[in-house]
Amino acid sequence: MVTLAHLARPLTALRASDRPAVGGKAASLAELTAAGLPVPAGFAITTAAYCQAVAPLDPDGALGRQIDRLDPADAAGIAAISGWVRAAILATPLPADVREAISACYQALVGEDPRGAPVAVRSSATSEDSGSASFAGLQDTFLWVRGEDAVDEYVRRCWASLYNVESVTYRRHQGVPEQGLAMGVVVQVMVDPRCAGVLFTRSPVTGDTSVVVIEASWGLGSALVSGDVTPDSYVVSKVTGEIVKRTVAAKLRQHQRDPAGGGVCVADVPPKLRDVPCLADAEILALADLGRRVTEHYGAPQDVEWAITGTGPAGAGTDAGAEAGQRVILLQSRPETVWSHRPAAPVAAPKTRAFDHVLERLQVPRATR
Amino acid sequence: MDPAGPTRSFTLPSAIKDVPGAENWRSMYPYFTRFQPGDDQRFWFYNSMHFPEPMPAFDAVTAEIPYTAIGANTTRVFVLPTTLGIEHRIVNGRVYITAIPVTDPAEIARRAELFNERAGYYFGNWDRLYAGWKDRIAGLISEIEAITVPELGEFEDPRVVMESTGVAQNHYVRENFHKCLDLFSKMWHHHTEFLMLGYGAYMVFFEFCKNAFPEISEQTVARMVAGIDVIMYRPDDELKRLARLAVESGLADEFPEGCDPDAALAALAERGDAGRDWLAAFDAVRHPWFHVSTGDGFYHHHRSWNENLAVPFAALTRYVRQVSAGESLDRPTATLQAERERIAAEYRALLATEEDRGAFDQMLGLCRLVFPYVEDHKFYCEHWFTTRFFQKIRAFGELLVRKDVLADPDDVFYLQHYEIDEALADVMLAWASGGPPLGAAHLRPIIAERKRMLDVLKTWSPPPALGPVPEALNDPAVQMLWGITQDTIESWYSQSGAEDEREVRGYGASSGIVEGTARVLRDVNEIGTIRDGEILVCPVTAPSWGPVFGKIKAAVSDIGGTMSHAAIVAREYGMPAVVGTGQATKRIKTGQRVRVDGDRGVVTILD
Repeated sequence: MVTLAHLARPLTALRASDRPAVGGKAASLAELTAAGLPVPAGFAITTAAYCQAVAPLDPDGALGRQIDRLDPADAAGIAAISGWVRAAILATPLPADVREAISACYQALVGEDPRGAPVAVRSSATSEDSGSASFAGLQDTFLWVRGEDAVDEYVRRCWASLYNVESVTYRRHQGVPEQGLAMGVVVQVMVDPRCAGVLFTRSPVTGDTSVVVIEASWGLGSALVSGDVTPDSYVVSKVTGEIVKRTVAAKLRQHQRDPAGGGVCVADVPPKLRDVPCLADAEILALADLGRRVTEHYGAPQDVEWAITGTGPAGAGTDAGAEAGQRVILLQSRPETVWSHRPAAPVAAPKTRAFDHVLERLQVPRATR
Repeated sequence: MDPAGPTRSFTLPSAIKDVPGAENWRSMYPYFTRFQPGDDQRFWFYNSMHFPEPMPAFDAVTAEIPYTAIGANTTRVFVLPTTLGIEHRIVNGRVYITAIPVTDPAEIARRAELFNERAGYYFGNWDRLYAGWKDRIAGLISEIEAITVPELGEFEDPRVVMESTGVAQNHYVRENFHKCLDLFSKMWHHHTEFLMLGYGAYMVFFEFCKNAFPEISEQTVARMVAGIDVIMYRPDDELKRLARLAVESGLADEFPEGCDPDAALAALAERGDAGRDWLAAFDAVRHPWFHVSTGDGFYHHHRSWNENLAVPFAALTRYVRQVSAGESLDRPTATLQAERERIAAEYRALLATEEDRGAFDQMLGLCRLVFPYVEDHKFYCEHWFTTRFFQKIRAFGELLVRKDVLADPDDVFYLQHYEIDEALADVMLAWASGGPPLGAAHLRPIIAERKRMLDVLKTWSPPPALGPVPEALNDPAVQMLWGITQDTIESWYSQSGAEDEREVRGYGASSGIVEGTARVLRDVNEIGTIRDGEILVCPVTAPSWGPVFGKIKAAVSDIGGTMSHAAIVAREYGMPAVVGTGQATKRIKTGQRVRVDGDRGVVTILD
């Protein structure tokens, strides 16, 4: 087993410094796990495993150089090459030791469940989730994956998603070379959320760092991320803990587990739940607290994906804060990239005398609209 | 809708009809309070914060004199660059006001030069000048308390002869009456002396916080500013002290709920040393702490606690019960203070740059410098002084009753102060000539008609605003005290066409959400009708209603900003409050179930 740790390792055996080995998302989840945050248990498949499996497709690097030379505007050229690479990755069986490493970690994760407990298989690219550029959403995530064979297949699909047309085009725009490109994969116990969403530890609209903004909708967070639903929105003051603003949207659709088999489907939200807030106050506060802990850990504003387990409408069960806190799950956190890159221009500067602020202000006619 | 077009207008002043049955309301007020044809071109709002009821003729002096003082300070004394003073008009008994903006840049610059010098002097010497202010106000209070009303008995006091003072007492009827008005005017000049500068400091800090933290609620900014030891809490604190003393002295049984204050005081006198000691403590507290008005000091019928002991006794009996049950009545001042510092420190730490933190420290420091004045002047001016002022005017009413001019001392308040001059001259002449005063036949029908008209005018719901939607609102008091911003005006404007909606919107002044039964109070004298757990809906929530805040679940007002006294007290009591709704008292009926959302500033009518 020890010899296989370079191919797959539990999240608990990883740290942020393992980012080159497992990709951004896995390293981040490992770090958040180590910080005691409520991350679902899981393991990471390393970039070494990717390289071992995919390197034979481009033994002398010629393919990579060919992609490097592509014009980002050459849609047809990108589509042709990326399609070929994806097909090749999916058609290549896993090397035996990679398969063995995944099997060992998977068994340790799901135990003896003969049907295979459902897991999420998520891409973890080395260039993703960095503080400087958001590759968010360009690589694939697969939910409700059951059994070892399926895991093996979806790991390869994750790898292949590195060659999605959008991903290749994005790399060409950004000038990221193909040489050394690799991808890790995270496999985590599947969470069946009552509702899910994102939270921003500064307002994405105004950049206000004193609030946490939470967006939430029924079912899986993918409904919200994909824009299939207008989410509820809550603004919470980090300083006073007050819920400053709440906007309950008409939530018509939700993403949920496909009852017909594995995977995810889109469903109508039952009419009686559409206009109901999907978070109870205690849950809003528990999420704001989660945001605070993540931000404190990283020392910078974060975009956080979260879920709340359980069934039924908001507040079903109890509103008790501790109980709400236990149902909050952290799925992902990445640095906020929009406002962090704007220069922090001062709102006001000190003046010679404090009252000069008033003297100057009262000379300015008020604009009324 | 055209955002800047001339079509955006509230009802024009000229379009307001006389309330049927009260067509003669103009007789109650001076000519200069009437809307003029040119007033249709300007924006006016109903000052329901200070004048929630139709004005009795005398009480209109509480608009006339304050506006002569506040305007003098903004227009001529401190020379505010972008705004002149406040004009007021009365229609159907209601006071509408507007501030005159200065918009010409050259004129603003010319005024700014004087303003910088003068306002700079006051800010630069604030503590010293404020200490002097307190002395001057104390002097004015002593003067008004010392005013006497001549007896006008059959023969003059022999001292006029033996000391050859040479002036008979009927002279002093007019002189002393005028002195009341003169002192009231001086008090108002001092009242507004620091006011605009204080509000300017608030406005700058609020705007800074809104720019640095666009999502911050105004109540959170207010919490960073607000003082803990505010003198307006003192009367209530004194009641708590008296309650503790009653329990410690074994006198709790004399304070059953709903007891008659006079009977209770008489019974306490029979309770030996303990009873006498308590009564001595009670009498010491009454001066000055019971000179607090049950209103805001703008109406003659807003009597003080001293004149209506039922108000302090309502709270006192509850406090006695609570102390007996072992409850602590102490406001957690140390906790409140620590929480205020924590909030300020955390926002400060969240600022993006060192420069911002420097500016934040200056602005917050300035707000805390001006806060004692902004809060405490209320007690000295609107409460203590004004309570005494109305008592003196009532004493002149008593003279007019003794001379058979009026039937009741309070009838004096149904005359303009100019008309009281006439009535007093009548009495002075009659005393001099030895003949009878002629006033009864002339004045009593007028007073009867006015009382009837005021009852009719009470039924009118005045629109919150009149005239075109304004281009500029430059007066800091309009924003910070009345809570009127462009958003308020937009909200009034949008509501003026949609009155059947179930939501009444204002400012969330104190957070939390509760549901309950509404009690709409248009008149402070109905204060006794409030039941435990009701939601108070009123034109303005006066902080001197302190005891009422112990009973209600939430407060809703037509007018008021985040730093209005009501908002501060609601936060102190930890109850939701929505202020500045413009028309809550118009749209909500007593007995309706309502939900008050102090976070969003929305009141929902549930029935």
